[in-house]
Amino acid sequence: MASAVVPAIRVQREDFDIAAEIAVLTKGRADIGAVVTFSGLCRDEEGALAALELEHYPGMAEAEIGRIAAEAVERWPLQGISVIHRHGKIAPGDNIVLVVAASAHRQAAFEAANFLMDYLKSRAPFWKKEHRADGSEGGWVGAKDADDEAADRWKKSGE
Amino acid sequence: MSTKLIYFAWVRERIGKPEEQVDLPAGIETVADLLRWLKSRGEEYENALQYPDVIRVAINQEHVGHREKIAGAREIALFPPMTGG
Repeated sequence: MASAVVPAIRVQREDFDIAAEIAVLTKGRADIGAVVTFSGLCRDEEGALAALELEHYPGMAEAEIGRIAAEAVERWPLQGISVIHRHGKIAPGDNIVLVVAASAHRQAAFEAANFLMDYLKSRAPFWKKEHRADGSEGGWVGAKDADDEAADRWKKSGE
Repeated sequence: MSTKLIYFAWVRERIGKPEEQVDLPAGIETVADLLRWLKSRGEEYENALQYPDVIRVAINQEHVGHREKIAGAREIALFPPMTGG
């Protein structure tokens, strides 16, 4: 039953192991037919970026991701969902965020993972600051209208 | 009643502190009132809250709009649009 799904949410400094996170969701189960993972990595912006510093709002970050995940569980028939978001200094090539969605058939897992990422981008309280490769402080990354628009497309009519 | 204000990202940097405890004066009823009052508290606040429309607000760790009433808020956070994920 979808209502029995309890999203696993972690906000942490440490890296994560994608295969291990999939295994946690699927271990001992034979009812899952599809697992979709999305991982977001730090780009080096063609050599210009030395690192990203991710600031977050402890407490609210977990709570807000939990609210987004609960909405995903309500909207799609999922059998499991995990979200991990890192904070602190992250080097190019390293992981930032992981979403794992499991369902009986692929469409629900694909859509839920996509929805989660769109909502995380515009509603989860994290902020990225750039450290430039030339030693200068790159400043805070600006929010993109495209991210808000991506989140808006999941709104149901009447909202 | 004393209220905890928390700031993040460039709002925190411009105000110059991560959080503070404030006694809100009478008449501050909504988030918009709070932003207007804070802005009058000095140059660093003026600088951080110059464009109040872009400031996002959470009361007790939940997103709210600028028309939200702040009565009973233990913790109010001010921050720029989020850029996680």
